[in-house]
Amino acid sequence: MKAIGLIIVVLVGALLFYSTQDFPIWGDPNSPASTHIATYHLEKAYEETSVPNVVTAVLADYRGFDTMFETGVIFCAGLGCFVLLRLFRKRDDDSYYRHVSTGITLHIKRGRIPDASSEFERIDTLWTPYDLIVKNVCRILAPFVQLFALYVIAHGHYSPGGGFQGGVILGASVILIAISHDMRTALGRIGEKTIHILMAVGVLIYSGVGALCMLLGTNFLDYASLSKILFTNEIQARSLGILFVEVGVGITVMAVMISIYNNLSSDGRQDEGL
Amino acid sequence: MIWELDLAILILVIVAAIGALQVKDLLGCAILFGAYSFLMCLLWAIMGAVDVSFTEASVGAGVSTVFFVAAVFRTTRRTKD
Repeated sequence: MKAIGLIIVVLVGALLFYSTQDFPIWGDPNSPASTHIATYHLEKAYEETSVPNVVTAVLADYRGFDTMFETGVIFCAGLGCFVLLRLFRKRDDDSYYRHVSTGITLHIKRGRIPDASSEFERIDTLWTPYDLIVKNVCRILAPFVQLFALYVIAHGHYSPGGGFQGGVILGASVILIAISHDMRTALGRIGEKTIHILMAVGVLIYSGVGALCMLLGTNFLDYASLSKILFTNEIQARSLGILFVEVGVGITVMAVMISIYNNLSSDGRQDEGL
Repeated sequence: MIWELDLAILILVIVAAIGALQVKDLLGCAILFGAYSFLMCLLWAIMGAVDVSFTEASVGAGVSTVFFVAAVFRTTRRTKD
């Protein structure tokens, strides 16, 4: 069976290598991809949207529908992980606590110490080391990571970046807190309900901007009509429309990343994680 | 494009990919996959696709490695085959 698989893989690989010979060479200006419509975008994108980064202009303006449904796909991925993984039963096995001032670990067979107790803090069942340096470095690092993420979202017009990348980095900063402390700390900062509301809010912002354009009298996601309510010309309105849409994408992607991580690493119980 | 750099990274991509397939330890596999993503990100950057490269670095090398490690943490570290 293995031999047959190997033969098939080698044959298909050889076919693929053979067919790549017909591809246009890399960076060929006469290839079909760069003669059909790319020249129009490269020449006109800055005039029409005042966005120097053509990739952002194409992604969020000329190809806005596609990006909207990409955001929808990410939203559905988050919902799918939630439906498949989330368990609403409480973990009923033993729990572990650490006495804060002495560092002694308590193992409690049944019952719990109330969460409000300041003498004891709950620790994960799989023992996690108490590491002051890792905790504090990650706690200090997180705001800078978030600041960089906001820069990536807001500066996507001028440099590489945009909603997807910035959203992932924002989500990663919360995941960093969850890994370096524990999941309950991260959920204390941004709760499960908030995450799921944010997941929907991002998609709503994106499609809401599109619907607003329709209300103002142009096509869906044609940001030029936003100039009527933003008091700018149509070119600036398209640039600002791209920014609104990127913010929506960023919010959804951030919330989905946190939600998937929380469900995946805590077995769907959202109390003890990695 | 510097072709020596390109060739070195291409070879490393293939090494990382074969390593990720062959390794028995799934945690090591996740790390190798992260390395593969990062090398792909370098390749995109060499080809001038900076936005794709940024996405690959943040999603492929960053968050998806964390997801793989989380999945390994909740399942097993050894493969059957």
